Amino acid sequence: MTFLLRRGLFYLITLWAAITANFLLPRLLPGDPVQAMITKLGGRLNSDAMASLYILFGLDEKKSIWEQYVDYWGALARGDLGLSFTFFPTPVADVLSQSLPWTLGLVGVTTIIAFLLGTLLGVYAGWKRGSWMDNLIPVTTFLSSIPYFWLGLIAISVFSVTFPLLPASGGYAAGLVPEWSGEFIGSVLEHAVLPGITIVVSSVAGWILGMRNMMVTVTAEDYVLVARAKGLSQKRIMFAYAARNAVLPSISGFALSLGFIVGGALLVEMVFSYPGLGYVLFQGIGAKDYPLMQGVFLVITLAVLVANLLADIGYLLLDPRTRREG
Amino acid sequence: MNFKTKLGLGILAFFTLIAVIGSWIAPYDPSAMGDDLLSPPSGAHWFGTTMTGQDIFSQVLVGTRGVMVVGLVCGVLATFLSILVGVTAGFLGGAADEALSMLSNVFLVIPALPLIIIVASMLPSADTVLIAAVISLTAWAWGARVLRAQTMSLRRRDFVEAARASGESTWRIIVFEVLPNLMAVIASGFVGTVIFAVMLQITLSFVGVVSLSTWNWGTILFWAQSNQALGQGAWWWFVPAGLCIALLGTALALINFGIDEYANPRLRKVRA
Amino acid sequence: MNEVALEAKGLVKTYKRVRAVQDVSLVLRRGRVTALVGESGSGKSTVAKLLARLVDPTSGEILLDGQKVRRVREYRRKVQMVFQDPFASLNPIHTIRYHLARPLKIHKRPETVEQLLERVNLPADFASRYPHELSGGQRQRVAIARALAAHPEVLLADEPVSMLDVSIRLGVLNLLLDLKERLKLAVLYITHDIASARYFADETFVMYGGQIVEGGDSESVTQQPAHPYTQLLIESAPDPERAVVALDAPVEEVAAVSAGCQFAARCPKVQERCWTDAPPRSDVGDGHWAACWLYVEAAA
Repeated sequence: MTFLLRRGLFYLITLWAAITANFLLPRLLPGDPVQAMITKLGGRLNSDAMASLYILFGLDEKKSIWEQYVDYWGALARGDLGLSFTFFPTPVADVLSQSLPWTLGLVGVTTIIAFLLGTLLGVYAGWKRGSWMDNLIPVTTFLSSIPYFWLGLIAISVFSVTFPLLPASGGYAAGLVPEWSGEFIGSVLEHAVLPGITIVVSSVAGWILGMRNMMVTVTAEDYVLVARAKGLSQKRIMFAYAARNAVLPSISGFALSLGFIVGGALLVEMVFSYPGLGYVLFQGIGAKDYPLMQGVFLVITLAVLVANLLADIGYLLLDPRTRREG
Repeated sequence: MNFKTKLGLGILAFFTLIAVIGSWIAPYDPSAMGDDLLSPPSGAHWFGTTMTGQDIFSQVLVGTRGVMVVGLVCGVLATFLSILVGVTAGFLGGAADEALSMLSNVFLVIPALPLIIIVASMLPSADTVLIAAVISLTAWAWGARVLRAQTMSLRRRDFVEAARASGESTWRIIVFEVLPNLMAVIASGFVGTVIFAVMLQITLSFVGVVSLSTWNWGTILFWAQSNQALGQGAWWWFVPAGLCIALLGTALALINFGIDEYANPRLRKVRA
Repeated sequence: MNEVALEAKGLVKTYKRVRAVQDVSLVLRRGRVTALVGESGSGKSTVAKLLARLVDPTSGEILLDGQKVRRVREYRRKVQMVFQDPFASLNPIHTIRYHLARPLKIHKRPETVEQLLERVNLPADFASRYPHELSGGQRQRVAIARALAAHPEVLLADEPVSMLDVSIRLGVLNLLLDLKERLKLAVLYITHDIASARYFADETFVMYGGQIVEGGDSESVTQQPAHPYTQLLIESAPDPERAVVALDAPVEEVAAVSAGCQFAARCPKVQERCWTDAPPRSDVGDGHWAACWLYVEAAA
């Protein structure tokens, strides 16, 4: 249990650091972009909305930084992230709660698929080291060197423009109303194919390479040799002995690189105008919508931390050493 | 040195050369508008032209410098930071290690892209060097983590104890006994950081938070995207820049494999 | 009587709750070799690291020429160490010249690298080689030369030959003996091989469970062992490796902090009071002593 407790504490500290960075950034950096926005919107802001923007971006200079910090936490505790300028006058929290499920669905599912697929291929490539599988390395390297968003552009160009097979943008067909109907769900799946494949293709290579190298290292260990000497079947040695041990670093790597992968996935959403957080962030950049951008950052950080915690639990289930610790 | 590593070094050398001479050999001013609007690749315009008749080949050539400068600056800055944090943590151990490891893990876990987008868009002028500095601040953590682990295993080796016993000072042990043994790890961390920085810079340019006044491969893609190059079938507008990115990334990754194989003999290809 | 170079008084080292070294006192004299014999886990290597001031003692003090030395560098000029594994104690990226030139420079010695190599019977052109180009025995000679560079009074040798091929062990031990004579060194020879202590050392101490259980001149300790543990060690000779196996006991038992004798759990001659009271040192003749209840009756 100590392991999970330590990790939990670490995530709390990380969350605190992210929130504090969010608090400090607009106060440290020069210029007052939010003030400019408020002036532009003029009388259309009501006094409550004004007050929360003042709290979030430190426009009230009469207050000490410490008072501002306390007020800031107070606002967060109420779920008040200010008003979005882009989707004026919708509160940021509402915009995020509408787009979060899309991101969780698309990025969550594709990341897990990429991890499982890449790990399996990596196990096989590492086991068959020295065979034709080695030729996969340069190919996967090339694929992993392509920016996610550019692969998305190519995918659109080929499968939507040149051969109009799949939709290029949006989360579902225009004119449909979100509901639990076969037609709507079908449309959602159809729209998820291209962005999903893009994310899987560009992130799978990293897992293949990492897992292959771990397998190569592990298969040289004595316990694998012993398993061979015992005359166990190849399949059993490959999975129960080698892969079982090789996958552990892969899982901790998974947790740590999640932030990076999610960043790439957000870009795919931008390219496909997919109604998730990435697209919202993209719209926010264009409009210099700081409340929205900061809200997206906080929600993504929170999601990544939760995913990390889940990966830790997975690690715990696979590694007897951490289990015994508790 | 094997073929893969040589290939990687060759491609890297090519792009470095372009970064230096690109703006001299470019046939056109990359920003100058011409009469051939959105024309596909031809003898006059090898990579075709944009909506306003700008020569894309010239944009790619001139834009190489920005990409390479950011990669190099970030590589140097972030590697320096990662050595500072990672080696110190690994060598000192104890509470200092706990604190520094915590710091690098926090930087690793927090999603860098949205954070940098916020910082970059708040900066009054997001020019190349400033962006490079911001990227460096988020790019050091992975290297620090790897270096810490390596330093910890080196610290327990007898030659470190022996150096102490013969009267060497702590800083000399770190710089002259431990660091040289970490060169392979540091080099591979450097290359990894350059890949990360180049990708991030191009991404930032693509989403439009970086100043568009200087050319890089990302700004080309930004203009292609904002002018709906895709919908108009102008594949030449975004294919060359993207291929360059992928080529550069592949070259750096190949170099890294070379370093890994040099440092970890088990990964060397078996010759049956 | 040879003059005392290094004296340790009541050294204790505790790691978390495990007492690696408890109340160890010993004296190293110039021109003499003192052997510290024990199996792995007995705490003998910790004693070496304490005396080299690579780790700080939990309590106790170390006197060099009768004085406490505060400045570590000054201490290291006079007390040098040779490590067990010559494959690990030389930095693979530095030449032999670098390994030898550094201590000469640190301790401002006038000798040259070539002179040091000559002292350990290695050719001068070894200076430009790297550790991986040398054999184990050659490396250990380099390690000895490095230790001598500072011109020390005391040489701590932590199992200096245990990692070497049997055929070259004698050569390295003879080199150490020769250097001891010529340079009037006080040598601490740490080993698990009690037979080599008889050959090599003037005086022998036997360590068990972090304590010294028997001591005296090497001849009488190895020929008339008094402590049951030393007797067991000798019986299992000539194969010293088997001694470790024969005496194998769970680590927890070895590291246990009990009020009585540390060896009680494994002792063939264990008595009731061994479990509750720590045995005092009893003289068994000619400065030869043992910490065992067997000899208390006889003395009283």
